[in-house]
Parts: sequence; C-alpha cells; structure tokens
Amino acid sequence: MSEHVHEDHTKHYVTIWVILLVLLAISVMGPELNIKIVTLITAFGVAVVKAWLVAKNFMHVNVQPRYVLYLLGTCLAFMLLFFTGVAPDVMKHDGNNWIKPEVQIPLSRGAAHEAEEAALHSGEHH
Amino acid sequence: MQPIATTRSSAGILTGRLGVWWVLASEIVIFGGLLASYIMLRISHAAWAVEASYTSTPIGTFNTFVLLTSSLSAVLAHNAMELGDGKKAARLLHYTIAGGGLFLCVKAYEWAGEISEGFTISSSGFWSFYYTATGIHAMHVIAGMILMAIVARDAAKGLNVHRVELVGIYWHFVDLVWIFLFPLVYIAK
Repeated sequence: MSEHVHEDHTKHYVTIWVILLVLLAISVMGPELNIKIVTLITAFGVAVVKAWLVAKNFMHVNVQPRYVLYLLGTCLAFMLLFFTGVAPDVMKHDGNNWIKPEVQIPLSRGAAHEAEEAALHSGEHH
Repeated sequence: MQPIATTRSSAGILTGRLGVWWVLASEIVIFGGLLASYIMLRISHAAWAVEASYTSTPIGTFNTFVLLTSSLSAVLAHNAMELGDGKKAARLLHYTIAGGGLFLCVKAYEWAGEISEGFTISSSGFWSFYYTATGIHAMHVIAGMILMAIVARDAAKGLNVHRVELVGIYWHFVDLVWIFLFPLVYIAK
C-alpha cells in the first residue's frame, strides 16, 4: 500500500474513460469511409493509442520500477522476433529461385473455393 | 495468517504485484503470438476478409464498450481502496464482475448465432483463429471474474487490500487484449 496520502483520482479516471469511448467511436466510424489508409489509422492506430491510455492511466505502468518495463519489453521483443522470423516463410509462397508447391496448389484450390463461397453468400444476401 | 510472500519483498515492490507483472509478460507472448500468427496469415489470405465480413461489428463494439467500462470500475475500486473504503472497493469490483458477465453473455449469443449460420471452428482458417482467440480471451475473463470475487470478499472485510490493485492490473490487461482483438476480427473486413 502506498505510504503517501492518496488523492481521489475519480475525475481523472472518468475523463480517461470518456476519451476511450470517443476513440472507440472513431475506430468504428473511420473504416466506414472505405479508404484503406483511414481504416489502418483509425482502427489500428487508435487501438495503439487506447492501449497506451489504459496502460498508463489504469495500470499505472509508468510508475512501476524500471525492471517491470524491461520485463514487458523483453517479452514484446520475443513476440516480434517470432513474427519477423516466421513471417517470411508464412507470407511468401514463392521467390526468385524457389516455390512452395505444397502451399501453392492447395492455396489456388482454396482461393477458387473461397471465391465460389463468396459469390454464393453475396448471392444469398441479395 | 498471511502467506509468506505477502510479508516480504525481494524486488522493492509487493511480491504480488511483481507476480502479476510476470504473468502479464507471459500473456504478452501468448496473445501476441496468437495475434501475430493471425496477422501473418490474414495478410497472405485476402479471402479471409470475406469470412470476416460475417462477424458483427455492432456486437463487437458493444462488448468493447462493456470491457472499457468494467476497466473503469476496476480502477475506481483501486482508488476506493487507496482511500480506505473497502466496502466501496468491493462494490466496484462486483460491478466489474457484472461487466465481465455481460461480456460473456453477449459473446455466447454471438457465437450461437455464428455457429447456427454454419461458421464453426473448423469452417476455415479465419474462423479457427476467431474462436481460438476470442475463446482464450473469454477464459481469461472468467478467471478474472473468479479472482475479483475472492478479492472483493476480502476487501469488504479490510483483508489483503493490496490485491484490489493487483486484480485490477490483470483485468486491464484482459481489456488491452480485446482492444487489439476488436479491430483485427471486427473492423478489418
């Protein structure tokens, strides 16, 4: 428990909550414009901002000892390392001197199937 | 009788708080790995956008609102505890638990609708990720609700009051995960 006299921070927390709700509204309405860059900024950019607001103001991560931030940052770094290490293999299906036939053949079948399903569902909705 | 860990500190902060941060650090790898895998596959499967169009943005938005509001009540519980009002802290934790319960009810309704439409966990790669990610998140919500019930019971009696902050930190992380999950499965269509 803190040793200093604690002030009532209710107003601050409610203010942050209101800001979070406004950002939520922006993140939902932005993609309605159907502009890709706006969707990226409003949906994912706003998510990062909301996450920072929650981490700083609700979790008080900024007043934790430095090694807590190092701990969280290390795990985040490992997660990014996983992504960068695996992504080239997962996301690319061919290169200058190689292909992944075991992926490309099912993918081409899958893409055709998905296109058929999409056409079927869009037909049902109309 | 206090657990030994409550009465000593090896790192300059409450042992319980260090423990919670350790848990959250490991959860970063769990959820981060899952979401990173989803992003990788989503980018390389443009057709997943068609699958994702069947998720309900209004339901996802409402659930996001519920979790953000429950995060507010969780931090207000910590605030009340710091001001010495254990009963108010317990009441606010109960509101947080109610928020979690509402989230789960809406999620159950949503899943029931999607499953009845034929979108099951084995329908496609997208739906496999959808149910896995939201399912693991829901399990964390349930765990958080149970923990908060235990902490609230003690806080109302003025016992283990430091745990109000600790369970709040855990709950805010559950909210954080949803903040990233929401745009990935409900907005990016």
